Amino acid sequence: MLHFSGFKTISIVLVCLAAFVLALPNFFTRATVDSWPSFLPKGQVSLGLDLRGGAHLLLAMDTQELKADLLGTLRQDTRAALRRARIGVRAIGLRNETVRVRLLKQEDSEKALTELRRLAQPVTSDLLGSGENNITVAQTADGLITLQFTEAAIRQRIVDALGGAIETVRRRVDPTGNVDATITRNGADRILVQVPGVDDTADIKRRIGKAARLSFHAVHPDEQATGGVVPPGYRAYPSAETAGFNYLLRAVPVVKGDDLVEAQPSFDQRTNEPIISFRFNQSGARKFGRWTSENVGRPFAIVLDGEVLSAPVVREPIITGSGQISGGFTTQTATDLAINLKSGALPATLTVIEERTVGPTLGADSISSGTMAFMLGAVGTIIFTIIVYGTFGIIAVLGLFVNAMLLIAAMTFLGSTLTLPGIAGLVLTIGMAVDANVLIYERIREELRSGKSAVQAIDNGFSRAMVTIVDSQTTTLAAAIIMFWLGSGPIRGFAVTLSIGIFTSVFTAVTVVRLLVALWLRAERERSRTVDVPI
Amino acid sequence: MAKQSYQFLPRFKGWHFIPEGTNVPFMTYRRVCFWTSIAMMLAAMTAFLVLGLNYGVDFKGGTMIELRAKSGNADIPDLRTRVGGLGLGDVQIQEFGDPRDVLIRVEQQAGGETSQQEALRKIQEVVSADYDQRRVEVVGPAVSGELRLTGLIAVLAAIVAIILYIWLRFEWQFAIGAVLALTHDVLITMGLFAVLQLEFDLSIVAALLTILGYSVNDTVVVADRIRENLRKYKRMVLPDLLNRSINETLSRTLMTSGTTLIVLMALYLFGGEVIRNFAFAMLFGVVIGTYSSIFIAAPVLELLGVKRDWSGLDNEAKASAQPSAS
Repeated sequence: MLHFSGFKTISIVLVCLAAFVLALPNFFTRATVDSWPSFLPKGQVSLGLDLRGGAHLLLAMDTQELKADLLGTLRQDTRAALRRARIGVRAIGLRNETVRVRLLKQEDSEKALTELRRLAQPVTSDLLGSGENNITVAQTADGLITLQFTEAAIRQRIVDALGGAIETVRRRVDPTGNVDATITRNGADRILVQVPGVDDTADIKRRIGKAARLSFHAVHPDEQATGGVVPPGYRAYPSAETAGFNYLLRAVPVVKGDDLVEAQPSFDQRTNEPIISFRFNQSGARKFGRWTSENVGRPFAIVLDGEVLSAPVVREPIITGSGQISGGFTTQTATDLAINLKSGALPATLTVIEERTVGPTLGADSISSGTMAFMLGAVGTIIFTIIVYGTFGIIAVLGLFVNAMLLIAAMTFLGSTLTLPGIAGLVLTIGMAVDANVLIYERIREELRSGKSAVQAIDNGFSRAMVTIVDSQTTTLAAAIIMFWLGSGPIRGFAVTLSIGIFTSVFTAVTVVRLLVALWLRAERERSRTVDVPI
Repeated sequence: MAKQSYQFLPRFKGWHFIPEGTNVPFMTYRRVCFWTSIAMMLAAMTAFLVLGLNYGVDFKGGTMIELRAKSGNADIPDLRTRVGGLGLGDVQIQEFGDPRDVLIRVEQQAGGETSQQEALRKIQEVVSADYDQRRVEVVGPAVSGELRLTGLIAVLAAIVAIILYIWLRFEWQFAIGAVLALTHDVLITMGLFAVLQLEFDLSIVAALLTILGYSVNDTVVVADRIRENLRKYKRMVLPDLLNRSINETLSRTLMTSGTTLIVLMALYLFGGEVIRNFAFAMLFGVVIGTYSSIFIAAPVLELLGVKRDWSGLDNEAKASAQPSAS
C-alpha cells in the first residue's frame, strides 16, 4: 500500500495541479480572469439565482382552456363539413368534452359519418408514431353522432402548445435579448422562467399574465332583433369597458392576431390617447381589405382575450393592411400589449404557481456570510485536526486543501451551479471530508498499539480502513443522490456539492494523503532505523 | 534522493483525547438509553400531534417576503397595521437577523393560484415606499402539495435505500438496528422543530436527509468493527464484544463529530439568517445521530442476537446475502 511507482506519483501530482489550475479562476473577479492570457482556463462556477439575485417563476399552462379551444374548433369544423356536404343538422352541441351532432334526417347518417371521419388526422408525435388518429367519430344507437379527441391528440396538443408558449414567453420576458433569461419546460404543462438580476417580477408577470389573443370579428347586423338569443354561428363577447354589456359577434373571426407583423405603442394625434398601431402581413391585409370593402358603414369588433376592446364602424375599406387599436389604454398597458401582440399569442393562459425572488443585496450578503462560514469552519477543522494528529494532521490538512480544490475544480468543470445550500454543502464537506483520514489514522494508532512496526501499522491502517470508508461513504452518497433526484433548485445544489465532495474526499484520502504519508515515511527511514510514528 | 531531504515535515505528536484503553461500559447504560430514547420519541410524536410542525411556505403554500427598511430600523407594529389591514388572513411579521430586516409571512389565500399573486401585489403596494424587497417566495397550492409529497418520499426512499445497503453488506440484525436509529434521529429532530416551532421547509428536509446519511455513516463504522471483532473474538460474550467495538471506534466517532460540529457551528453563527434553521437542524442531528449509533444501533444487536460464525467467509457480501437468524 505504501509503494508508489513513478508513474502513479506523477499522475497524482498532475491531477492535483490540474485541479488547482481549473479552480483558480474562482478566486478572482471576472474582470481579472478575462485579462489573463488565453491558455489559462477561465471558467468560473456559475452562481445560482439565490446568490446573484434574480427571479424564479414557475408557470402552469391552463390545459382546460386548451381543451375547450380544441373542442370549439372541432365544433366549427364539424358544422362547416356538414354544410359543405349539404347535410341538414338539427343541433350541434358540446358536452363532456364531446361534440354531439343531431341530424335532421336519420338517412344522412352514413354520409355524415364518412364526411366527419375525414376531419380526423393522424397524430404526429415523436413518441407514438402509431398512426393513431386525433379524432374518434362514433354513432350511438339513437342516431346521435359524437366526435371526441383521443388522449394522444390532447397530449400532443399540450406538448405543442407548451413549446409555442415557451418561445412566446421568451420573447415577452426578454424582448430586447439583453437579459440572460433561462426559459425551460418543466413537466408536462409547466414552464420555468429564471431571470438573473431581476428582483421586481411585476413587469414579467404582467407580460406573461395575458394570452394576448387578438381577433377581428363581424358584429351581428341587428343585435336588438335577436331578443337575447344567440343565433347559430354567433357568440356573445363581453365588453372590456362596460361591465355587463355583451356584443354579438360572428364566432369565426375575419382576421386573427397571428396575421400581425408589427405592433407599436403610439398616441392618437387628435385625442392624444395611447393607442397601438399595427400592420398585417399580406394574407391578413388581403382578408381584412376584402371584408372592409364589403362592409363599409358596419361595425366590427376588436377582441382581445375574449373581451371586446372596441367596436368601431368601418368608414372606408382598409386595404393598406395597417390600422390602430384604441380601447382606453394607459401608456403602460399600450406598451405591454404591443410587446405581447408582437411576440405572438400564448396558446393558453399561464398562471404563476411558484415564485422565488432574491434581491441583489441579499445575494451578496449570502455570498459573504457563506464565505465567512467556510473560512472559519476550515480554520477550526484545520486546528483541531493538527492538534489531534500532529504531523499526520498536517498531512491531512494538505489533503483537505487538495480536496477543496478538486471539489471547486469539479464544479467548475461540470458546469454545476453554486447555490446557498450548495455553500452549506461545501462547508459541511470540509468537516466530513476529514472522516476518511480519521478512519485511517485511528486505525494506524490501533495497529501501533498492538505492537506493529511503523511501516506495517501504516500499511494496515490504509488497507483496513478502506472497507469502512467505502461502506460509510456509500450511504451518505445514497442520501445525496435521493436528494438530487427528488429535490428542486437549491436543494439540488446542496446534493451536488455533497456528492462531489464524497468522491473527492475519498480520492484525496487514498491517493494524496497516502502518497504524502509514504514520502514522509521514506524520509524518516533515511534518517534513522526505527521510525516513531508521531500520531 | 539526497540525504538531507529527511526533514520533510515538522515532527510533533498528536493528542490522544480519548486515552488509550478507555473502556466505557456503554452496554450497561443501554436500558436507561432505550427508555430515554423511547420517551424522547413519544414526546416528539406528542409534540408533532399536539403542536404540529410550523410548515414554511414550501409545504403550506402562501407568501413570504423579506424586507429591509430603506432608512433606520424596521417598524414592525407599523407594518403589522399596514399589512394586517389588507384582509389577507393570518399574517406573521418578525425581525429577521438584523433590526433593519423583517420577514412577513402570509398564509395561503383561498381561491387558487392567482389569489396568491394578488396577495403579493397588495403587500408590495403598501410596503414598497419604505422598504426594499430582499426576497420573495410565493408557493401556490399545487406546488406546495407536490413538495410535501416529494419531501416525504425522499426521506422514506433514503431510509429504504440505506436499509437495503446495510442488509446487503451486513446482516438483517444490523439493518434493523440502523433503521431504528435512523427513525429515532428523524423523529426526534422533527419533534424538536415542533416543540420550538421553528420553520420546517425544504431545507430542513435536506438537513434530515443529510442527518440520515451522517447517522448511518457512524452506524456503519461501528457495525464494521463489530463484524471484525465477531471474527476475531469467537468466544467473547456479545455485550462485551459490542462494548469493545464501540470503545474502539469511540475516538473516531467523536473526532468526526467534532470536525463536523465545528463547521456546522461556523455555518450556524456566520452562515447568515437564511440557512440558520438548516444549520440548527444539522447541529442537533449530528449530536443525536452520534448518540443513536452508539446507544441504539449497536445495543439492538444484543436484543436480536447476531450470527457468530463468520469463519471461512472472507467475502462478507456472500455471507450477508444469506441472512440466518441465530
